Amino acid sequence: MKELSELNFPDDVKYSDDHEWGKMDNGEVLIGISDYAQDQLGDIVFVELPGVGDTFEKGGEFGTVESVKAVSELFLPLGGEVVAINEELEDAPELVNTDPYAGGWMIRVKPDDPADFDQLMSKDVYVDSLKE
Amino acid sequence: MKNALGMSGLILDEPFLWERGKKGRMGMSLPKSDVPETQLSDDLVGAGPDFPDLSEVEVVRHYTHLSTWNFGVDTGMYPLGSCTMKYNPKTNERQASLPGFAQAHPLLPASLSQGVLKIMHDLQNYLSEVTGLPAVSLQPAAGAHGELTGMLLFYAWHQKNNQRRTKILIPDTAHGTNPASAALCGFQSIPVASNQAGVLAPQDVETLMDEDTAGIMVTNPNTLGLFETHIKEIADIVHAKGGLVYADGANMNAVMGIVDMAQLGVDVLHLNLHKTFSTPHGGGGPGSGPVCVTKDLEPFLPVPRVAEIKDGFELSDDFPESIGKVHAFYGNFGIQIRAYAYILSMGKDLKTASQLAVLNANYIKESLRDTYHLAYDQTCMHECVFTDKHQQEHKVSTLDIAKRLIDYGFHPPTIYFPLVVQGALMMEPTETESKEDLDRFITALKAISREAEENPELLLQAPVRTKVRRLDETAAARKPCLAG
Amino acid sequence: MRYLPHTQADIDSMLAKIGVDSLDALFASIPEDCRRQTELNLPEAMTEWALNSHMDRLADQMAVCPESRVFVGAGSYDHYIPEVVKQLLSRAEFYTAYTPYQPEISQGTLQAIYEYQTLITRLMGLDVANASMYDGASGLAEALLMAIRVTRRKKVAVSQLIHPLYRKVVQTYFAPTNFELEELPMTAAGRTDLSGIEDLDTYAGIAVQSPNYFGCIEDLQALGNTIHSAKKTLFIVGFTEPLAYGLLKSPGSLGADVACGEGQSLGIPRSFGGPGLGVFAARKNYMRAMPGRLVGKTQDIEGKRGFVLTLSTREQHIRREKATSNICSNQGLCATAAAMYMATVGGTGIRKLAQLNHDKAAYLQKALVDAGFEIPFASPVFNEFVIKFPPGFAATYQKMLDKHIVAGLPLEKDYPELSDHYVLCVTETMDKPDMDLLVEEVAS
Repeated sequence: MKELSELNFPDDVKYSDDHEWGKMDNGEVLIGISDYAQDQLGDIVFVELPGVGDTFEKGGEFGTVESVKAVSELFLPLGGEVVAINEELEDAPELVNTDPYAGGWMIRVKPDDPADFDQLMSKDVYVDSLKE
Repeated sequence: MKNALGMSGLILDEPFLWERGKKGRMGMSLPKSDVPETQLSDDLVGAGPDFPDLSEVEVVRHYTHLSTWNFGVDTGMYPLGSCTMKYNPKTNERQASLPGFAQAHPLLPASLSQGVLKIMHDLQNYLSEVTGLPAVSLQPAAGAHGELTGMLLFYAWHQKNNQRRTKILIPDTAHGTNPASAALCGFQSIPVASNQAGVLAPQDVETLMDEDTAGIMVTNPNTLGLFETHIKEIADIVHAKGGLVYADGANMNAVMGIVDMAQLGVDVLHLNLHKTFSTPHGGGGPGSGPVCVTKDLEPFLPVPRVAEIKDGFELSDDFPESIGKVHAFYGNFGIQIRAYAYILSMGKDLKTASQLAVLNANYIKESLRDTYHLAYDQTCMHECVFTDKHQQEHKVSTLDIAKRLIDYGFHPPTIYFPLVVQGALMMEPTETESKEDLDRFITALKAISREAEENPELLLQAPVRTKVRRLDETAAARKPCLAG
Repeated sequence: MRYLPHTQADIDSMLAKIGVDSLDALFASIPEDCRRQTELNLPEAMTEWALNSHMDRLADQMAVCPESRVFVGAGSYDHYIPEVVKQLLSRAEFYTAYTPYQPEISQGTLQAIYEYQTLITRLMGLDVANASMYDGASGLAEALLMAIRVTRRKKVAVSQLIHPLYRKVVQTYFAPTNFELEELPMTAAGRTDLSGIEDLDTYAGIAVQSPNYFGCIEDLQALGNTIHSAKKTLFIVGFTEPLAYGLLKSPGSLGADVACGEGQSLGIPRSFGGPGLGVFAARKNYMRAMPGRLVGKTQDIEGKRGFVLTLSTREQHIRREKATSNICSNQGLCATAAAMYMATVGGTGIRKLAQLNHDKAAYLQKALVDAGFEIPFASPVFNEFVIKFPPGFAATYQKMLDKHIVAGLPLEKDYPELSDHYVLCVTETMDKPDMDLLVEEVAS
């Protein structure tokens, strides 16, 4: 596993304390997991995603991400409806490892309350929380 | 690797069954037909399965080659914690294969089945004697099956008392089958943390125990190899709020003839015949997981039950409060008979077995305490838990240590379990390992620790002497290929 | 005792190393009030020779062929097991090995199970098979639970013609849940009657057994067509006699989503009902929802072919309370035996063997009809069938038992309306003279 300094935390996304990132795009939010999360999990073998149209409350479990020896639940950092899922992950779950913020995006959500997005952590706050 | 056991051998490769053979070959002697052929209608008849046609010699070579790639208890020491890989006596195999037993049909009238019924009856009594719990069912086919049976018993008992409880307390050291079995019965698992000493503290149980909790599932000795010293007090706490105590008996090998489980307050206990009672592991089963219960829970046991009658035994379904059946017939009788033969061969020496199992584990613990980090520095039961803490300084892990042990000619211990210990290396030698074999094992682990310091590549590249090296488990999970 | 190698000198030296002066001292952490107060009250240890005599005497009290003629199947079948299978299975590297969690030293078990999985998918006509469940009954229960998980519906239906003991096990598994378990009736021809179901797409799964408990071969094509008119409902085909599929069209080819049943006929001795073999196969879209272990093919770091347990995140040791099942030890050695048997019998052989089973049963069925007995169910059968004997047959049945002839199993206990109905089984192990003797005896 890598040192914090070797990991990547872009400025243009916000982070949750479950190690997910969210990016606002035209009123919808793209969700994935951070570089720290994928590094901790190791080689990802499978990502279980919800269906398009599924709705979740803030904190709701929307899927799981699996490595060979572990499973992690994914919790939505804001409530909303799933409008798209990344179908590439079915055949190429490794995208979450190699390109967690772009090619490894997981779901696109129409938020119930866009203000929820502002509650997420900035990059600096998130990185600080990792240092503890 | 001076004087190490692991050498190089001639390892022959072997293709798949369907890469061998030729159409029209037969490995079986087909019986002659003495009746006319009768056709079934065409819409029912298929082409038959696409199986290869092999000669008898091909089948023999195939499986002989495969067997040479396996490491069994008969090959060498197999110190898997909580698995009790003790020697599998050969006489047990002879008894199980006697035609009177091997060819017995399970649904014949009792008058034609007296031999097997006596064996089941007597085995139940022996297990009852060893555990202290008066009533036994041999029906569950494995430990996890026994746990499921136990959870069903809990459910039925509470239902009889007009209770619908939804929670079960489960220690953080529990084997994964515990919460999985509880979930199958609709119980929510509430974790209980073990304390600094590696055991459950009564106050922690008391905080969590309430009238919505069906009971607690404990393993005793626990998966850290420690006796749950507060078990009686914990049982009292659970009982006081109307709950039951389930004991996972996977580690019974430490306490036969020494502890009375009923005295501890246990209401239901399962045993693993394929651990404590020497029946073979078979590469993944079949096992057998009998449950032993108090008189209070006896009416709920699965049916049918063996009953003693005048001049013999019969099977009876006449237990209206029974939970029903968890197995089509009576459990894995072929395994029960091996355990029966083992108990008849050991007699009171079952206690000696436990004493020597605990002796062996403590001997390993003392011999390696200066080389590997001990998770809990106290007298252990039949297994001890080390970690890779020291070796991590040289960037090698529990996994690497395990793989290098293979090159030294030993099966590795259990790794990364229990989950509460980081980098756990759990060793259970069992009583059937001699002092010389333990000394060889200890020497090997010391050598590996030195290698970790001086030449860690040896661990990272291990194993090198096996048919295959480390396998790509990621690819196997990403693109599963489960049939050829 | 020959399994305990320690000499007193060994024990003394080890105690000294540990720093205690007796074995008892090692148990000091156990409170007094947890200790046994008495010695173990067990029979005195037997020598190997005394044990042999004891077991031989008990074995002699059992009724086995060829002294007995047992015309009973009902989930436990008498088939010839080649000596090859017994000898190969007794290789200690197979039976004294543990679950293959360290794959580098378990490639024998792993390739054997991978081959077993493959042969089962071919026998069942499906995509993926697991490394086994405990038996046909618990496998059926798990298949129904899987259907419920996958469809998120709470209701299943099982045919009345599934083995009564299997249905009891399913009821037991379902008791603490809030899932609904319905039973499907039978037709006059001895097959499952689906016509009464109106709202198919409220069912997670529908299960039948073929050949069923009466020996009748179900019309799987028709059943599958009906069930699949509902979008998500799973078609589960159980069985107790897999040898039938050496001859019959596979469940998968006729629309089954899951095939689950008892594999004991494939080279495993009856052994008073266990250990058996829970065969479980499914379509590939259910791969990640399946219970049980799975062996997968992969490569090592040098590019050599090898095998590992895979998709382990479904299982209890990782997923714990959210696992697809609680199963850990399964019936690994029995699956290995089944693979050895299927390898020995072969594709050409299994068809001939299945045909022979059918021929033998057909011969006995015809002989009984010629002797004046009634066949109450008109559906085609494989190697089991029902005969309606005249009222009062129970007395004849008992007389035959005294001669060690078991003329089938009475149905009345599980099907109260079917008094004097008996289900009989004939396999390749029964000779024509034995069958003629049965006919003679029942007719007398």
